[in-house]
Amino acid sequence: MSAAETAGGIRFALDGASKRYGDSIALQPIELAFDAGSTTALIGSSGSGKSTVLRLLLGLEHSDSGCVRVDGRALQPADVLALRRRVGYVIQDGGLFPHLTAMGNLALLPQHLGWAPPRIRERAQALAQLTRLPADALARYPAELSGGQRQRVALMRALMADPDALLLDEPLGALDPIVRHELQEQLQRIFAELGKTVIVVTHDLAEAAWFARRLVLLRHGAVVQDGSYADLRDRPADDFVRRFVQAQRTLPAAP
Amino acid sequence: MTAGARLAAVLLACLWPVLAAAQPVRIGSKQFTESVILGEIARLAARDAGVPAVHRRELGGTSILWQALRQGDIDAYPEYTGTLTHELLHDVPADAGIATLRARLQPLGIGITDSLGFDNTYAIGMRQQEAARLGIERISDLRAHPSLRFGFSNEFMDRGDGWPGLRRAYALPQTKVSGLDHALSYRAVASGAVDAIDLYSTDAEIPYYHLRILRDDRHYFPRYQAVFLYRLALGREQPAFVAALRQLAGRIDEPAMRAMNAAVKLDGRRDSAVAADFLGTRVEAGRRGLWQWQRLRQRSVEHVELVAISLGLALVLAIPLGILAARRRRLGQVVIAATGVLQTVPSLAMFVFMIPLLGIGTWPAVAALFLYSLLPIVRNTHAGLVGIAPELMESAAALGLPRWVRLRRIELPLAMRSILAGVKIAAVINVGTATLAALIGAGGYGQPILTGIRLDSLALILEGAVPAAVLALLVQGLFELVERRLTPRGLRLPARQ
Repeated sequence: MSAAETAGGIRFALDGASKRYGDSIALQPIELAFDAGSTTALIGSSGSGKSTVLRLLLGLEHSDSGCVRVDGRALQPADVLALRRRVGYVIQDGGLFPHLTAMGNLALLPQHLGWAPPRIRERAQALAQLTRLPADALARYPAELSGGQRQRVALMRALMADPDALLLDEPLGALDPIVRHELQEQLQRIFAELGKTVIVVTHDLAEAAWFARRLVLLRHGAVVQDGSYADLRDRPADDFVRRFVQAQRTLPAAP
Repeated sequence: MTAGARLAAVLLACLWPVLAAAQPVRIGSKQFTESVILGEIARLAARDAGVPAVHRRELGGTSILWQALRQGDIDAYPEYTGTLTHELLHDVPADAGIATLRARLQPLGIGITDSLGFDNTYAIGMRQQEAARLGIERISDLRAHPSLRFGFSNEFMDRGDGWPGLRRAYALPQTKVSGLDHALSYRAVASGAVDAIDLYSTDAEIPYYHLRILRDDRHYFPRYQAVFLYRLALGREQPAFVAALRQLAGRIDEPAMRAMNAAVKLDGRRDSAVAADFLGTRVEAGRRGLWQWQRLRQRSVEHVELVAISLGLALVLAIPLGILAARRRRLGQVVIAATGVLQTVPSLAMFVFMIPLLGIGTWPAVAALFLYSLLPIVRNTHAGLVGIAPELMESAAALGLPRWVRLRRIELPLAMRSILAGVKIAAVINVGTATLAALIGAGGYGQPILTGIRLDSLALILEGAVPAAVLALLVQGLFELVERRLTPRGLRLPARQ
């Protein structure tokens, strides 16, 4: 089961994939690859198509043209379910199911996979340590957890079956600055420890740079620049990149 | 789903009714006192002839009895020749005698006795005083008073030999004509709410309310000789019963019938006792000694059975339909529209529609209530599922769980509150609607209500209406408990932050 040790992640690629909803183009035909075991941050304003990239990779949407490649093979509808079990997915508000306790949320997939209860419990406890979730939080319902705890549980749920890849869509978007800062540190450490393919979507350039060496800046469904933070800052591909970098506020000097 | 399905299974298992094993002769009667007395006379006559018989009393109107007889759901019922010529048989002359009717009924497998000895024809009645003041003696005198208000029984309003024909025959100009229940029309005319009503010539109330019967000077109303109709097959199966029925012919004249009607309706005597007195026989001890609470218990069982079975069956169909409707938008609209159309069918009509398919008694009533239960459950199942936040649906999909697991573990629990609310609405509506089921012989709390309306007895009406209201409250309470048990705790918590 411990795929991370053997496979070291999934290699994803968008091969001319595009997506439109009615008249609005979410993603233009795009060529983008994510190497196994790498961490990448997708950045851009809202509506730039960054979430669509994750949704295509998970088979939650089907591309209108081109294809999604998983370890080199074009993703077929029949393979989607198996792929999703190899990928953890975390969204902004956690997407926890309110009718289940934190533990119930964690147990959903393992139970379906036929894990014995002790194994589920052990795995949950191990992940609680990894994410620094208080042990007693597992028995609570999502409505009884703080925002930061909910995101930790969501991350744990994504990691339960030890996936080969982790896709995070604005995972810290709804948190207050202190919790956010704390979780940023933990996530960075966790990504490094696990060695999985990680793709994290954020609109915050500093957060993106904190998580990943490779940043992909999207605009109107197309890649504007693909490089390190230093590349974006020092060699912006166009005026939009320059403005995007400059739009990050630095603290004013003390008077 | 698991919880809903479990509930349905339990209800079904508990309440599957045991159908009658032995088959006595079944006599029907319409929902008015004279018909009920005649039915009771037939039952006692059969009993005295050594034939076990049951009386399914107050089975609504003519069409219900006629259909039930033709389908073999009942074996005999009292009818009137005028109804046969004008309503039931379409190709016989209006003045056809009993011999003609007998020949016409035979191919239908239906026999007819000779006249029981009295005519109960339609007549138009007014308050004596009012009629004298206006100088009205004949129906044609009504022409001179176009502002008079008529209150006619619903049956009279619609049938060919009723108001439409009467208006044409006499060229009556009145426009203020309202439909009333026949049992209520006497009070309406006595209180002055209407000026003239239709009545039957043997009605007990005619002298009681000091009504004048207007002379039918154009001989518009046909003869309504009382007879028994019976299934011809009974001549082979129960010859003694048919002989007993035939012996009743010619034995009841108009004053005798009016007196029996008055004894039941005005003096409050039991119809079975009046019938027994007429035959010079006695009522079984067991029937007289039936205590109120025993009757209440039996009616409660009948009523709960109707509601529970129909609701249980509705759950089994409506929840999957609601799921389907939520999955496929286009199909969903069709399903919801179709169940919505069912809901618009008037309840009484729905019960009557079921008779050709299922006969009379419990099953057609269950079927009608079942159809009524569909809309609230389908609608709320659909609404509950469609209302789940899209990010939760997506998180569920992204976990890599197959569709049916997502449905069972995530979507249905999240929709449970809405589904249960729909089931509760259906149950409470059913408790009320089931009171009408007595009209097609399904019993329940509607039975005393029907009798109470017929006999103008508030006490009897309350005997049905009060338990029905209590049951509705109980059902409401029960579902609130179930709701509390089945709604996941996590959904009842106020969100933090």
